[in-house]
Amino acid sequence: MTTDTNPIAMAAITSVGAAGMPRHHLAIFAALFVFLTAAPFLLYPIFVMKVLCFALFACAFNLLLGFGGLLSFGHAAYFGMASYVSAHAAKVWGLTPELAIIAGTLVAAVLGLAIGSLAIRRHGIYFAMVTLAFAQMIYFFSLQAAFTGGEDGIQAVPRGHLFGLIDLRSSEVLYFFVLAIFFAGILLIYRIIHSPFGQVLKAIRENEPRAISLGYRVNRYKLAVFVLSATLAGVAGATKAIVFQLASLTDVYWTMSGEVVLMTLLGGMGTVFGPIVGAAVIVTMQNYLARFGDWVTIGQGIIFVVAVLSFREGIVGVLAKWIRKPL
Amino acid sequence: MKKMGFVLASTASLLMAGAAYATDVKIGVLNDRSGIYADIAGEGSVIAAQMAVEDFKATDKGINVSIVSADHQNKPDVGSNIARQWYDTENVDVIADVPTSSVALAVNEITKEKNKIFLASGPASSDLTGKACSPNTVHWTYDTWALANGTGSAMVAQGGDSWFFVTADYAFGHALERDTSAVVEASGGKVLGAVRHPFPGQDFSSFLLQAQGSGAKVVGLANAGGDTINAVKQASEFGITQGGQALAALLMFINDVHALGLEVAQGLVLTGAFYWDKDDQTREFSARFQERNAGQKPSMIEAGVYASVLHYLKAVEAVGDKDAAKVMAKMKEMPTEDPLFGKGTIRADGRKLHDMYLFRVKKPDQSKAPWDYFETVATIPADKAFRPLAEGGCSLVK
Repeated sequence: MTTDTNPIAMAAITSVGAAGMPRHHLAIFAALFVFLTAAPFLLYPIFVMKVLCFALFACAFNLLLGFGGLLSFGHAAYFGMASYVSAHAAKVWGLTPELAIIAGTLVAAVLGLAIGSLAIRRHGIYFAMVTLAFAQMIYFFSLQAAFTGGEDGIQAVPRGHLFGLIDLRSSEVLYFFVLAIFFAGILLIYRIIHSPFGQVLKAIRENEPRAISLGYRVNRYKLAVFVLSATLAGVAGATKAIVFQLASLTDVYWTMSGEVVLMTLLGGMGTVFGPIVGAAVIVTMQNYLARFGDWVTIGQGIIFVVAVLSFREGIVGVLAKWIRKPL
Repeated sequence: MKKMGFVLASTASLLMAGAAYATDVKIGVLNDRSGIYADIAGEGSVIAAQMAVEDFKATDKGINVSIVSADHQNKPDVGSNIARQWYDTENVDVIADVPTSSVALAVNEITKEKNKIFLASGPASSDLTGKACSPNTVHWTYDTWALANGTGSAMVAQGGDSWFFVTADYAFGHALERDTSAVVEASGGKVLGAVRHPFPGQDFSSFLLQAQGSGAKVVGLANAGGDTINAVKQASEFGITQGGQALAALLMFINDVHALGLEVAQGLVLTGAFYWDKDDQTREFSARFQERNAGQKPSMIEAGVYASVLHYLKAVEAVGDKDAAKVMAKMKEMPTEDPLFGKGTIRADGRKLHDMYLFRVKKPDQSKAPWDYFETVATIPADKAFRPLAEGGCSLVK
């Protein structure tokens, strides 16, 4: 695995900067920060915010797939449900945006706990199918429930005032709020991956019977990473609802679950930065090729096939192989 | 000094030339170009908008119009993203069409926020002129209330006084069933029952058998798109219309009938705002349209795009400016007149008023030419066709 990022081994081979982070990771985070701070002045801010939301979603998914080794095919459930709850909280209950996002996130966490505790009892394809089945139940619930507005979704969600003070109606102001959430999410994921907990996860991913024989309660670890992943997917979904002032069935439909798998695999499963790149590529395609309609989906399919055939580690995975450093 | 005078004079003349051609208008046609509504809107709506610009002779009147288009894939997030981008970075002044109510409601909000104009021809939701109404939106062609009212009241008047509904089990289907039931009962008919089918549905046999067994004179299909098409096909296999029951599709377009064929669709009853074969003017327009749109006659949505763009351009000409508030005020003040919908008005809540028609699909042997599909059963006058102003709950109505 090119993704073996044991910090002890890495400390020996790469120089370690502040906060216990390898220097090249620190450099990438710094570059990302500088680029994203300048981005709203160079690019269309709403588009960049969309990329950030999906990047966070893909990173949350990657935590489960890349580091926990669990392929969930129902992550749209947490993403979509959080966006509904956040939109409802902001619009009907009149909560401030940060409270609305927290409300959405909590619901995603509870949902993750409920679905995860059942799904982790099965492995491989059965796990994927169980998560898909639950996600479809959530989809049909969203289609029928009164508060989601059925196929019209929840429209005209107010962006509101951050902490009741800062007006978010300006896209630039909102952008920095989203950027802060994005960075907090990414750094949290980074911390989780490089914690002892993350090490155990990787051990379980590589050889589950061995982890059991070493005395780890494997199912507890799996459930914990499942809930964390669902929660962070919820953060992304809840934020997206505030950005677009809209929560709709698209976010909870199974194609969204598929899209996040695609983003993660294309960018590089099991890498820290891969899902960000994958999300950026897919969202850019969808955005700038929107006028070609169905051809976007076909293009995505072709890219996916090419990625699977010629660079299975994903874009960032291949780069990591070239520079011989984990990314 | 002489030189200075020359510079001043030429600047002044430039400014005056500028004033004469001051109005650059950019129209964005946003609709489904690849999915289930691509036939009833899609490229045809873009063609309709272009024809409106040409027929208006906009360039001669000092209005430079450019048209852009995009595919919203029937997804509200994609649609709202495109709408925002058009308004923010591409200086689009007007968005036209937008079928699929969820996308239209999103565009409605963004248009209000950005203070632009939305000419809604494609969407069905009557909320656009009800609780979601906006000073920046004109809802042109039809809405769910008008469809329910048209089919419900006209069918009862024709003797179809007992109804059974086959309803898609989601909010849109429920709303359509509820509104139509209310109209049927208010007109003196009764509703014998209803059955909910899953959305999207493939197998309608058990639902249609229940409808057949109910003995109702009218079977109402409270669904849309692929569901309606499947239900109509299977209803023809069960011989529902041949058995003496009338089949009423609450949301259906001429292109759906074209796709189904008369053999299957015959006897179906539906409400619409426009039929190409209504009079000489509609026939003339439709012939020109058909030539440019791969042999397809215009749907009522495409007709609505043409008429709404035409009326918008008239208002821009009258105002001499494209300021959204002034143009909207003019559009509502000026009576509408166009070859497709005739004379009409736009109400304070943004609802465009015109006659609606109850059509029955012809039997194959009654149809004399391609696209000769409908006979007009009843005309619902403009003042009765749409929801009364006071009942919508629109905040613009005092």
